[in-house]
Amino acid sequence: MLIALLNDNLTLLLAIAAGVLCVLGLQGLSHPKTARRGNLCAMAGMALAIALAFVHPSMEAYGWVLLGLAAGAVVGVPLARKTPLTSLPQLVAVFHSLVGLAAALVALGMYLQKQAFGLMEAKLALEMGLGAAIGLITLTGSILAALKLQGTIGGRPWGWWGRHYLNLGLGVGIVACTAWFTLTFSPVAFGLIFILSLILGWTLVAPIGGADMPVVVSMLNSYSGWAAAATGFAVESPLLIMVGALVGVSGAILSYVMCHAMQRSFISVILGGFGNAEAAVGEASTTPSKAAALAGTEDVAYLLNEAEQVIIVPGYGMAVAQAQHAVKALTQQLLAKGIEVRFAIHPVAGRMPGHMNVLLAEADIPYDLVEELEDVNPRFAEADVVLILGANDVVNPAAQTDKSSPIYGMPVLEAWHAKRVFVVKRSHRPGYAGIDNPLFTLPNAALVLGDAKEIVEKIGTALKAA
Amino acid sequence: MEIDIFTWLVVVLILSGIIGYFVVWGVTPALHTPLMAVTNAISGIVVVAAMAVAGPSILSIDVCAMLPCPYPQYVVPMQWAARVIGVVAVALCAVNIFGGFAITARMLAMYKPKEEKKA
Repeated sequence: MLIALLNDNLTLLLAIAAGVLCVLGLQGLSHPKTARRGNLCAMAGMALAIALAFVHPSMEAYGWVLLGLAAGAVVGVPLARKTPLTSLPQLVAVFHSLVGLAAALVALGMYLQKQAFGLMEAKLALEMGLGAAIGLITLTGSILAALKLQGTIGGRPWGWWGRHYLNLGLGVGIVACTAWFTLTFSPVAFGLIFILSLILGWTLVAPIGGADMPVVVSMLNSYSGWAAAATGFAVESPLLIMVGALVGVSGAILSYVMCHAMQRSFISVILGGFGNAEAAVGEASTTPSKAAALAGTEDVAYLLNEAEQVIIVPGYGMAVAQAQHAVKALTQQLLAKGIEVRFAIHPVAGRMPGHMNVLLAEADIPYDLVEELEDVNPRFAEADVVLILGANDVVNPAAQTDKSSPIYGMPVLEAWHAKRVFVVKRSHRPGYAGIDNPLFTLPNAALVLGDAKEIVEKIGTALKAA
Repeated sequence: MEIDIFTWLVVVLILSGIIGYFVVWGVTPALHTPLMAVTNAISGIVVVAAMAVAGPSILSIDVCAMLPCPYPQYVVPMQWAARVIGVVAVALCAVNIFGGFAITARMLAMYKPKEEKKA
């Protein structure tokens, strides 16, 4: 092996220190106050890791490596600075794909290096095969997820009967090729691992869409971590394994949180299509539910003016309409009148974990006004007005009352306990799940139809006049 | 008793997983998006492996006198190919690292408490 020389023990200890800094980075995210310091910790950890790789005894091609790092910085920083925050889920997905590709390239590069000198070993081949497979599944899966989030490809899940068999077949094929590669180091086997993994990444994500996207994004987050850990085994680096495991566990926990919030098993999300896609798309759009009361923006403004406590429930509709700044303006108006305003956020609102929180933060809404499901639910009974902005399934009372409902048992925001509920929606259409929402026809509820941003602005104008 | 390095690495994997489990459950849901962004940045740690692939000097064909090179005529091109692939991998990881930390910092800068607004 090329690794040895210098002071191995010291290098190892420093590498672990770099890993610990990354752990502290995540630890910092336990509160917004410490979060920025956490990010700096993680950056320091990464800087230390890169520095250690630079002083590694086998490192010779400094120029080349610096070129690579510089190229990455030149692309990465403007991408992160300029991308509008509404495209954040896509950007995160694209970043996942890069790690996946890098892990696969490392496996390929190592293979060429070892094979040039006839130094391949079975254990190494197994680890490389694994790293490449996870990396490439992450690559195509993330690209497809990004395209779906961007809207280039319809977010609608693609369901066809044979997909489970296809995925199973691809999975078995990858395992078989990895075994073949481990035994023979055959380039054909290695190539087949690449091809099959690329296809599997695509077919795994293809049947999943819409409201299930947060799960997919967090799952790919997890995969990118496991790809790094597998690479760590191949290069025998405890640091890579440490950080990879950290990322892998983090993504897995986020997936779990999302699934739990939707009251669905991880398996059913991965297998795709919320409550069979066929039913959801077909009839639902045509039949409006029982007549729901309609309200105008003046009505809303009038009641807001009279209210003492207001809760706003943002959903994906707010993100689509980019209404967060209008919401902020309205919030300020209400606060100026001495009205208490809270935001209630459901864990799966939006297209990625914490999506609504970021949008509200972007609009400069203080995080102390923003509350999670468990904390805010008891408060709905005291609220005079609840304003629901483009959220639907997460406020559906059927989740608690209707045993036959597909979302029965899902934790929801109990908006219906409030004195008045206004639901800002683009149309009569039910939400993603295609389930009727009995909330809309309750006597204390009314729909305000239109684009969330326009409606909120109009409410603001009406409120000024009131 | 000699313990295989693989075993040590498995130990590292398990313990890191446990640490990660507790640390991540401690992250407030409001910061789940920054969490994803920062884990994204640190998953760029693959750069260390990429540098190990891009870094080594290219050995001439003479090395095949000592090592069992299966394809002696390709020994130099294969190393070059590995270096180029390694550099590409370094660049991809760097996009993640720089981009990931930058986007995290950008997001975190937006999270403000009520009090701070007066300042």
